[in-house]
Amino acid sequence: MDTLASLADGFAVALTWQNLMLALIGCFLGTIIGALPGLGPSNGVAILIPLAFTLGLPATPALILLTSVYYGAMYGGRISSILLNIPGDEPALMTTLDGHPMAKAGKAGEALAISGLASFIGAFFATWGLVFLAPQLVKVALLFGPAEYFALFVLAFATLGGIASRNQAKAALAAVIGLGIATIGVDGQTGVPRFSFGEVHLYDGIDFLVAIVGLFALSEVFIFLEHRAGSGADDKVVKVGRIVPPWKMVRETLPAMGRSTIFGFIAGVLPGAGASLGSFISYTFEKRISDRKGTFGKGDPRGVAAPEAGNNSAAGGALVPMLALGVPGSGTTAVLLAMLLALNITPGPLLFQQNPDVVWGLIAALFIGNIMLLAMNLPLVSLFVRVLLIPTRYLMPAVAMISFVGIYGISGSTFDLVVMVIFGVMGWVLRKLDVPLVPIILGVLLGDQMEKNLRRAMTIHDGDWTMLFNSWLAIGLWTFAIVGFVLPLIVGRYFRPKIADEAIAEGSDPD
Amino acid sequence: MSDRIFGVFGFLLAVFYIWQATQIELSFISDPFGPKAFPFMIGTVLAISSTIIVLKPDTEPEWPTFARLFEIGMATAVMVAYALFLKEYGFVACTAVAASYLSWRLGSSPVSAIIAGVLIAVGIYVIFHLVLGLSLARGPWGF
Repeated sequence: MDTLASLADGFAVALTWQNLMLALIGCFLGTIIGALPGLGPSNGVAILIPLAFTLGLPATPALILLTSVYYGAMYGGRISSILLNIPGDEPALMTTLDGHPMAKAGKAGEALAISGLASFIGAFFATWGLVFLAPQLVKVALLFGPAEYFALFVLAFATLGGIASRNQAKAALAAVIGLGIATIGVDGQTGVPRFSFGEVHLYDGIDFLVAIVGLFALSEVFIFLEHRAGSGADDKVVKVGRIVPPWKMVRETLPAMGRSTIFGFIAGVLPGAGASLGSFISYTFEKRISDRKGTFGKGDPRGVAAPEAGNNSAAGGALVPMLALGVPGSGTTAVLLAMLLALNITPGPLLFQQNPDVVWGLIAALFIGNIMLLAMNLPLVSLFVRVLLIPTRYLMPAVAMISFVGIYGISGSTFDLVVMVIFGVMGWVLRKLDVPLVPIILGVLLGDQMEKNLRRAMTIHDGDWTMLFNSWLAIGLWTFAIVGFVLPLIVGRYFRPKIADEAIAEGSDPD
Repeated sequence: MSDRIFGVFGFLLAVFYIWQATQIELSFISDPFGPKAFPFMIGTVLAISSTIIVLKPDTEPEWPTFARLFEIGMATAVMVAYALFLKEYGFVACTAVAASYLSWRLGSSPVSAIIAGVLIAVGIYVIFHLVLGLSLARGPWGF
């Protein structure tokens, strides 16, 4: 009941005109960002953080705006999947399998409506999951000392590398590159400069927003330059047709949505998995359970409902570890963590105790945003379809320029802009080499905390290494970390079928 | 092959990083762990994972042709130039030029690229500066 009371307080925070307006803008922008090929939840949110930050929005409204964008992008990704057979973002990839065949069979409207409904159900129940699970996790997290926190960070990197990427060595390399970048600048504990080569600009370290916008947004521009794939708009857009699904179809797909919501939520809560895996697992299971007549892949509505419920539910689930522990499980939640840090809020158990208005206001905003999204996505879907007509050759320059504006707005420093370009090129090269970018971001974000907790643990125990494994909680976390990293090496071949491999190959949107 | 080169590069980076870590000057206050230990751990993991990449490379990625690489190099140069000239010539002029260039290279005809560039620059200026009040670089002409 405690939880429900907090939630009610949250609604009191979220239900102001300003916040409702921001949620509406966020949902609208998010749907567009998700729908546009090449822009997904993580790079979309990444571009908007510096802007929300420089506009001087207080923490709660800024959070509401950006998480609405996050949820909106999850909704929007399906539009181009269904109509163009191009996933608007990576989680929407599985939706192309049945969504596009449906569109080709003249049922684009039904596919959009079913997937919109599935998105709503997934996100709605996942937000309830967040409401009840996050406070439980907070209770556990309150028992954590520095040693446990250090183990938790290792766990986050290990599972991210083990589950979400194909080459563990490359994931480990990416993580330490991120951690290495985080060590640049003056050491917080002793005040000595590290790795700054006498360059004054580096004394403050490298701003994680610069790294994120460079790696996620600018590298996308380079990918487009490389392929000059401005074809997004030249494809003919399929006629949408009726946008109200027949009741029979809804009834048929409901069980699929229910199952996928559960799978997606679990995938989202697990560190390192995220929405792409959520939609992937949901689709695969649904196919195994209900594909008796071999209709999957040929335009079965359940094949549209399952991945969409799965990825939206995973998006909600991924917020659980991010808010309760401060450890994001996916690319987009890493970006959301960056936003919290930029607003000087450290997520974790203390956030629930010290700033309950932020947490519960945010959760309430998610519910509100979800209903707005459903309302927006069913009748207005043809409006978003029109957005798809913007050719990349006009869109991408605008994306690049808005990235520059955002970063310049934070610091007013041209040095940061140059560093961002360097990160952009680096992101492109690493994508080509199939090195995952999310561990880098996670490293940059968590490096400072990770080192601080390690050194705090060592200070408490006077430099005794064995104290890192001193409690059952810590041992449990270490075990889970090792299993999470090593097990996929052994069973990976069976666990991760080919299609997901190919999908992530070009490293499109990192969530 | 690319992976092997990348692995060797990663290894050299690790060596350089660890060497730089040894150069960190210690201050008179310090915790038992010190500012060097964590970088040493990072460097070690970097060296190990690079070695594994050298020994077990993935399949070769599809590198673009030289012309495309040149394209990316040019775009990078334009973006760096954008950053350097931003304060001197102001936001609108620089953005119009850079956005036009990118739009042109992404496949617009020169004329529509220039129109797009100017529209993007003015649009961002109006929305972010005039409406939302974000401070943008001010050039010799006041914008």
